[in-house]
Amino acid sequence: MKLSDLTSHAGEWLRGSGPMSEVVISSRIRLARNIAGYPFLARCTRGQRTTIEHKTRDTILNSQISPQTLYVDLEQAPQTDRDLLVERHLISKPHAAAEGARGVAVGENETASIMINEEDHLRIQVLRSGLQLEEAWDQINTIDDALEAKLDYSFHPRFGYLTACPTNVGTGIRVSVMLHLPALKLTSEIEKVFRAAKDMRLAVRGLYGEGTEATGDFYQISNQTTLGKSEEEIISDFKHLVIPKIIDYEHHARRTLLNDKTVALDDKVFRALGTLRHARLITSEDTLSMLSHLRLGVNLGRIKDIDVRTINELFLLTQPAHLQKIQGKRLDGDVRRQARADYIRARLNGN
Amino acid sequence: MLKCDNCNKPATVHLTEIRNGKKIEKHLCEQCAAQNEGLPVKSHTPINELLTNFVMAHSGLQKGTEATCEGCGITWAEFRQGGLFGCANDYTAFEKDLTPLLQRAHEGATHHVGKVPTRRGGSGVPMKRQIDVSKLRKELAKAVEGEDYERAAKLRDQIKQAEG
Repeated sequence: MKLSDLTSHAGEWLRGSGPMSEVVISSRIRLARNIAGYPFLARCTRGQRTTIEHKTRDTILNSQISPQTLYVDLEQAPQTDRDLLVERHLISKPHAAAEGARGVAVGENETASIMINEEDHLRIQVLRSGLQLEEAWDQINTIDDALEAKLDYSFHPRFGYLTACPTNVGTGIRVSVMLHLPALKLTSEIEKVFRAAKDMRLAVRGLYGEGTEATGDFYQISNQTTLGKSEEEIISDFKHLVIPKIIDYEHHARRTLLNDKTVALDDKVFRALGTLRHARLITSEDTLSMLSHLRLGVNLGRIKDIDVRTINELFLLTQPAHLQKIQGKRLDGDVRRQARADYIRARLNGN
Repeated sequence: MLKCDNCNKPATVHLTEIRNGKKIEKHLCEQCAAQNEGLPVKSHTPINELLTNFVMAHSGLQKGTEATCEGCGITWAEFRQGGLFGCANDYTAFEKDLTPLLQRAHEGATHHVGKVPTRRGGSGVPMKRQIDVSKLRKELAKAVEGEDYERAAKLRDQIKQAEG
């Protein structure tokens, strides 16, 4: 498996299927783990950092976490490759930008990835399409067990899994559900989501996690509490309390648009379609916002000749690093915006 | 209580101006006072914050700031600045100072209750709960249904406690 094999299509999580996929884009779980006997990364020497990278890479590749595993040495990888991995949600922005020995192992279908030497020695993640938190937990728990059989994790009877930042200590788990909430945004009711999340001590973030804006009406809801609750409780809170409520809000807003504001809805949807089908220069921000309205139109049956899967793929393949990989060259400014517009027109008109 | 001259909020700022020998009285809320009169009115410090600061200042708790981890050499002050620990031993070295921070970050929790690695005596799976909390769960569902998130959060904590 090579990195370039990934470029032409989207990962499993953008398949556009899975339970509740009209609102829930993806379910993600990550576990933070450190190896006993080594300092956390902030206090590692270069030598220790390299040793950890070698040791954990070998363990991961020998543990058969997936039928095929791709390993990318991020210290050596060029920037476009690192950006590509960020756009595919396989590594974090800080991991792409960091220095020193570090890497990522990616399993088949890209449902599992393991970052080595990010904030913690290991950040294991499972990412699946739609609302599939229990499936994601089973998968990540199995990977964690397989690695734990060969690696001595830093663990404390009182504090649980020890992490570089005490906000992750205990279970080391972060559960994030990515939601597409265009109707709540259009009806100016998105505040409801922020309020509900705050009451439940959850964080709301943008498309690429911590410190990113909510572009294209995508919102990531994640837990902040990692200590004093079991992994299953945290997941159960999400599945039974938080997410169904927000899905209800969005469905309600969609019905309001459909029944009472049909013309305003159609105007948004068809303006987006018109722009995407005819623009000659388009920014990635505009693309995200237009695709968001288009996706809403398809979900509500206002547009029937475009597949949600195509839209989901366009969300990813129009991002700067993907666009440049597809074109096989570096693109800047208007050249990039033109290439993006051309690519979208080709995909939507041939659809 | 007097109401603000501009809006209907309670007036907490009372001004007396003498203009051309005439006494003019104004009653304003904090916001209007800040906006209209350019008065920098600081909002009141919550009583618990005042108390915490007072207690901290007199209990010698800041002595913790000089503590150093023998494992990696990081000090408590360095950790507070960067937000990241240097090694696993920091959790033991700074346990006393760390506890209130953990409680704030994790809804009052101080102990791990989840998965335990097999080699540390765990079964590899999280501990199963023993007390039946289905009643609380139903109430919780009802609270969420009624969008009463404050109550939902309380019930959730009760469930957590019952589950130990």
